[in-house]
Amino acid sequence: MFKYFQPNRIFSITSKAPKYVFILFVIVLSIGLVEALILSPEDYKQSHSVRIMYVHVPAAWITLGIFSSMTLLSVIGYIFKIRNFFLISKSLAASGLVFNIIALVTGSIWGKPTWGTWWAWDARITSMLILSLFYIMYLLVWRIYKDDEKAFKISSIITILGIINVPIIKYSVDWWNTLHQSSSINILSKSSIHSSMLLPLVIMTAAFALFSLLIFLMKYNTELIKIKNKGLDRL
Amino acid sequence: MYGRKVKLRFFFILSILLILVLSVFLILKSLEENVIYFQSPSEIKSLPEILKKKIRVGGMVKDNSVTLKAKELKFVITDFKNEINVIYSGAIPNLFEEGKGVVAEGFLKDKNFFLATKILAKHDENYMPPEVKAAIEEK
Repeated sequence: MFKYFQPNRIFSITSKAPKYVFILFVIVLSIGLVEALILSPEDYKQSHSVRIMYVHVPAAWITLGIFSSMTLLSVIGYIFKIRNFFLISKSLAASGLVFNIIALVTGSIWGKPTWGTWWAWDARITSMLILSLFYIMYLLVWRIYKDDEKAFKISSIITILGIINVPIIKYSVDWWNTLHQSSSINILSKSSIHSSMLLPLVIMTAAFALFSLLIFLMKYNTELIKIKNKGLDRL
Repeated sequence: MYGRKVKLRFFFILSILLILVLSVFLILKSLEENVIYFQSPSEIKSLPEILKKKIRVGGMVKDNSVTLKAKELKFVITDFKNEINVIYSGAIPNLFEEGKGVVAEGFLKDKNFFLATKILAKHDENYMPPEVKAAIEEK
């Protein structure tokens, strides 16, 4: 059914989309930054260093979201042999890794004034570092294996291995004693973050999601162009 | 509806996932001692013997327990069931405060006495502006 697709038809949409996504990203990011850096209040305890959170938390959410989507796409792609899904997954990976590194670095910058250390080998931080290794392995597979079939298979296996880590990252702060605080935003119970601080967090998440979409579209277009150059009219 | 091969691949992925979850669970279970970042005073109390190696103790800094004399910081870590006395000299993180979370790294002298070589402030998950905090305290 959705096994075949026309690269040309998709390309006609995805080649025009980036410039609109970019404009939207700039708008949302500007609003988000003004909210996060100027309009939102300082924290009662950590004062202005709370503003690091508006980059740290959205980056962490996006990187987890991207890895989960990559796994879902790879698994469905593997079971139903849909090549397009592997290409979408491949195009998503780069921005996932970037946000993973941003989350680690901003966490470290926040940790120094707050905890008194740049780095701690606690469960949350270590599992986040492991996620970045999975991203790197995933991206390396596409570099190493020139044979598509092999790359599809091995990259899928890496996402499946890596996905086990995702619930560990999420629940590490509840399962074990960690230096990292437990989550402030809960869907089922009351959030322990004030609404004036929640707003910039949501806007920044939207901005980062748009950025990922932008990078994804650019990467995906490259993949489509590669297919066209091979002279294939369908995948 | 779907072909035999599709089903086969589906169950292949499913079994890989199950085996992985199980093995990761067992690994983490057996490594639990290393996965936890710090122990509570109650866990220290229930230790069969005094550990010689470096450990971390975490909990709340007990109210009115902090004294600073000749660059020597003394305070009590509590988990509201048990307590442990801590002695430390060195850099103190900004967020170190009575009634807030703390993690101390160092050596146990005995079950009530801990010699810290490093202390870290543990931040909780509450974020709010100072005015809101003041309003809560007034109540």
